[in-house]
Amino acid sequence: MSRVPAIVITGPGTNRDHDVAAALQLAGADVRIVLASELVKSPRHLDGARLAVVAGGFSYADSLGAGRMLALDLTLGLGDRLHNFVGDGRPLLGICNGFQVLSRTSLLPGSLGHNAQGNFDCRWVVLDRVTKSNSIWTKGIEDPIHCPIAHGEGRYVHPDPDSLEAAGQVALRYRSTNPNGSVSDIAGVSDPSGMVLGLMPHPENHIVRRQHPHHHRGGGGAAHLGLRIFEAGVAHAKQA
Amino acid sequence: MTIRSIDPDPRIRQITTGAAALGLTGVTNIEVADLVHLDGDLSESDCQRLHSLLVDPLLQRGTWDIPTGRAVEIGLLAGVTDTDADAVLRAAQTLRIEVDHASTGLRVEFSDDLDEATMRTVIARLLVNPIIEFWSDGTIEPTRPADADESTTATIVVIRGLDDDGLAALGVERALYLDPEEMRVIRDHFEALGRDPTDVEIETLAQTWSEHCAHKTFQAVVHATEPGSSEPTERRPLMRQLRECTEEIDASFVRSAFVGNAGVIEFAKGTSLALKAETHNHPSAVEPFGGANTGVGGVIRDVLGIAHKPIAITNILCFGPTDLPLSELPDGSLHPRRVQEGVINGVADYGNKIGLPTVAGAILYDPAYTTNPLVFAGCIGTATTRPIHDGPHAGDRVIVLGGATGRDGIRGATFSSATMDATTGEVAGASVQIGDPIVEKLLIDVLTGAEDMYSGITDCGAGGLSSAVGEMAEGVGADVDLALVPRKYPGLEPWEVWLSEAQERMVVSVPPRGVSALAQRCEKVGVGWSDIGSFTGDGILIVRNDGEKVAEIDTKFLHDGRPQRHMNATMPNPERSNATTRTVDDPAATLLALLRHPNIASKAGTIHRYDHEILGSTVVRPLVGAASDGPADGVVLAEPMQQHGIAIGIGVNPWHGLHDPEAMAFGAVDEAVRNVVAVGADPDKIALLDNFSWGDPRRESTLGDLVAAVDGCCAAAFTYNAPFVSGKDSLNNEYVGADGERHAVPPTLVITAVGHVPDADRVVTPDLLTPGNVLLLIGTTETEFAGSHLDLIYGEPDDPGVAPAPDPDAVAHYRHLHAAMQAGLIVSCHDISEGGLAVALAEMCIGGRLGASISTLPHDDHATALFSESMGRLIVEVEERSVPAFKRIMDDDVVQIGEVSESGLLSMPQVEPIAVSDLVDAFNTFATPGEPLVSSEEQS
Repeated sequence: MSRVPAIVITGPGTNRDHDVAAALQLAGADVRIVLASELVKSPRHLDGARLAVVAGGFSYADSLGAGRMLALDLTLGLGDRLHNFVGDGRPLLGICNGFQVLSRTSLLPGSLGHNAQGNFDCRWVVLDRVTKSNSIWTKGIEDPIHCPIAHGEGRYVHPDPDSLEAAGQVALRYRSTNPNGSVSDIAGVSDPSGMVLGLMPHPENHIVRRQHPHHHRGGGGAAHLGLRIFEAGVAHAKQA
Repeated sequence: MTIRSIDPDPRIRQITTGAAALGLTGVTNIEVADLVHLDGDLSESDCQRLHSLLVDPLLQRGTWDIPTGRAVEIGLLAGVTDTDADAVLRAAQTLRIEVDHASTGLRVEFSDDLDEATMRTVIARLLVNPIIEFWSDGTIEPTRPADADESTTATIVVIRGLDDDGLAALGVERALYLDPEEMRVIRDHFEALGRDPTDVEIETLAQTWSEHCAHKTFQAVVHATEPGSSEPTERRPLMRQLRECTEEIDASFVRSAFVGNAGVIEFAKGTSLALKAETHNHPSAVEPFGGANTGVGGVIRDVLGIAHKPIAITNILCFGPTDLPLSELPDGSLHPRRVQEGVINGVADYGNKIGLPTVAGAILYDPAYTTNPLVFAGCIGTATTRPIHDGPHAGDRVIVLGGATGRDGIRGATFSSATMDATTGEVAGASVQIGDPIVEKLLIDVLTGAEDMYSGITDCGAGGLSSAVGEMAEGVGADVDLALVPRKYPGLEPWEVWLSEAQERMVVSVPPRGVSALAQRCEKVGVGWSDIGSFTGDGILIVRNDGEKVAEIDTKFLHDGRPQRHMNATMPNPERSNATTRTVDDPAATLLALLRHPNIASKAGTIHRYDHEILGSTVVRPLVGAASDGPADGVVLAEPMQQHGIAIGIGVNPWHGLHDPEAMAFGAVDEAVRNVVAVGADPDKIALLDNFSWGDPRRESTLGDLVAAVDGCCAAAFTYNAPFVSGKDSLNNEYVGADGERHAVPPTLVITAVGHVPDADRVVTPDLLTPGNVLLLIGTTETEFAGSHLDLIYGEPDDPGVAPAPDPDAVAHYRHLHAAMQAGLIVSCHDISEGGLAVALAEMCIGGRLGASISTLPHDDHATALFSESMGRLIVEVEERSVPAFKRIMDDDVVQIGEVSESGLLSMPQVEPIAVSDLVDAFNTFATPGEPLVSSEEQS
């Protein structure tokens, strides 16, 4: 079967774009990395894609708050195109800084504040899929996903997490340790349609088993790969 | 606008814990707010739109009202890069709001009952760095760039006819830091030319001939007097000794050593690696965040400067004790706590933002580092093997890429070459560089894949353009115009533009027809570029200021005109034969005390602040094991889809160096090599980097220690067949106290080893895995306590005995061990270093959350067996059924010492068994930075 055309959207300072591209590639996509400024100039890159990811990093050095400047580029530069992309049933994923960007557009609910412990934090976490999540990005995933976080502003804030969960928009939760003080242990949320997912952890850094910190102790395993999230997204894009 | 966090702002806790650590009481009710100052004719709706741009309603509250109450406000001095303000301007432009000027600041509010003196101390010690910031009670008036006069020009510096006193006075006046002989050579040169130099010329010479750039000590002829001899013998320069050592080893994987910005090796055919490690000590002492930040930025540019794509960062940090009482803090020095916080934040900020994993490292504490903290930063890059660039060629354009030039970092090279004292912070103000990792990230984006577009490349580091263009122009010559260099603000004098160490700039030589392609690439990514002139072919360096010639220097004089230094060294006379042991009354308590020692205790609080996962290549992390909190020996990086990888290991032990610099250097190489072998690297494919941070080499004993250390390095390189490919020395790490006494750092040699890991699926870590498995010891244990961590805890006896000596069998052991690893026989493996066998065993237990039952000790003397720091030793865990095969591979040269146990206890002969949970607690004492790291009892 042909590969799904996908784009990775970046801004100045995005730095996990190649990691995401590798994950998408392995999940069966044909990937192109595109600067938001290029996308604004030639929106055909967006039109030609069946799936898009806003990758992590420090776009615009987090100036004025993480994700703010790139969100401005995307909302003012692309207008309704990003909404239409999602409206067409094409999956959109924001990881880390990408999540921060999407939360500052109107595509995802809530905000991301400074980690409660006060510092940038890099460590592996375990993510549980919330069973009644509407997300197409976690569809079919049963086992917890293991992957690292690496952020200073990942504390998810939402005034009413219960209603968010009732609406099926809580997609992923931190298991046992909540590394940043996120409300209701929320690690990832979706839009009402389930097409857009934002999450702070980095599934793109667990795409082969060897990357798991306990691999040589017999830990990790195929079912826990972060790759599963990209595979779910690609699978949806393929059938949509 | 004043913006406050709705939830507690994490910066409040940083201030309160910082104050508590300084012994200040009552600093509890503090509030902080961000300030954005905007100039412009703003309508009501503009203000509303700016409000929603700047304030996230779920996280923050913002107001245009002027705040009141007891507070200080802090802003950046004019000329200091304000990235947030730049973003405000850019965003306003996107929103079509006209803002004339923006600046940002911080407001800190204090409760009324806090006493004035305490508040002043908090401001001075924790909040404001006067080198880049200003502050005021109440509210501040934001800085605006001054409308400086643009017309600046070079001035003539009279040097002809000056006698030695006159030359010395000139040196002081312009902060040249040149030797009297060098000043005389410059005077004679210009007398022969029949003119005086311009300020641009004299400053160019001072930068190029600085210790920092020219490595005068490492290039000097040394007259060394051995102990017991009265006649000095003449030795070749240290640099040549290291180079010749590498040439003699003649390793097939070395592509370029000691040339250009970094060493280049090729372990796997078709992929080359660039290796470099640098120091940024003086800048980090004065402005810890900026110094460490730009230290990382600089070493990354070194790797870019040899056309490789950076893939990882390393850092080794040396601080004073973080619980130093304020009363003992020397004048003009920042408190070690603040230095540590700033340096770690600086490393984290640059590495995390630029998107590179910060992996291997170490943190050491010693009172001698209080006035001279040390910051070593390393970078590794990768590229598809291609011929090394041979330009510039005559006719090529001189292209500057990256950020604009400001007054930041002027005279950094000469400043780094000077001894510090109480006034250094003030006079060095302009020497501090300001980093912008995002600009450098964009430079990486531009340069990766552009290797065929240029003929030569170098980074703008110490000395700025004077050094970058000056070095590239060697033998070729160049003609450049400073008016074409983009400025951050007006009013810079020509020599300031030429010397500025404004960060994130590279210089490339580009054939004229290739300029537009490179320019296009820059514009797409958003990197500034400017064509400032050409390489000429006549060997003369000409610098112009808007056409007017302000410098004309023969590059032959610039690079070869410096008189070679002759220096005297008194060689050390280390104790080598009279070993002395120690009496340890309670070995269990001693082991726990060692695990709590800040040098040995977990660095988790720092490690987790660095992104060590980005790029997905990190296979062995700095922390490993069942709870991911045990220390690893080396780290392993391997691209997700590749079988092979590299291991990085660090060796450093300044305390051994206080007793025997030569043995210390050998031991540092041994430790770095052992660390990479322990995780799976091939002992026959290892390259080394050396970084020396030393005191003033003009003191003969200090130079003697340095010479001995270089001897130790070379001996070890030969023994392990591991060539040095790059190195750097940072000398004059001394501080003159108010008492006139000089305080030097201990001889601190950092060795970085990079080894080839043939199979990244077969890496080994120190965490114990399975009860019942057998523990074996590789290497010989001797009574070697001089400079040991046991002595750091209990104090050194009058007769400390000998420091660890080289083990002639080590290299064979490592080769055999590697064969056993490749055969899959090794379950876990740990090197023995600080604290000896007992600490190593404890760390294996911590990593695996398993006990160990030790039945045989490797030495009859109990203290020696447990706590001696003999080099060349490793502990391995092997399945019982594999023990015979393992012993065969090892030629039976191993000792079975015990087994992994389910008991949850570490038990050793004649030692009260210790619960693994107690080991874990002791090791994790300081897992969070922000807590006091050394108690005063431990220091005494």
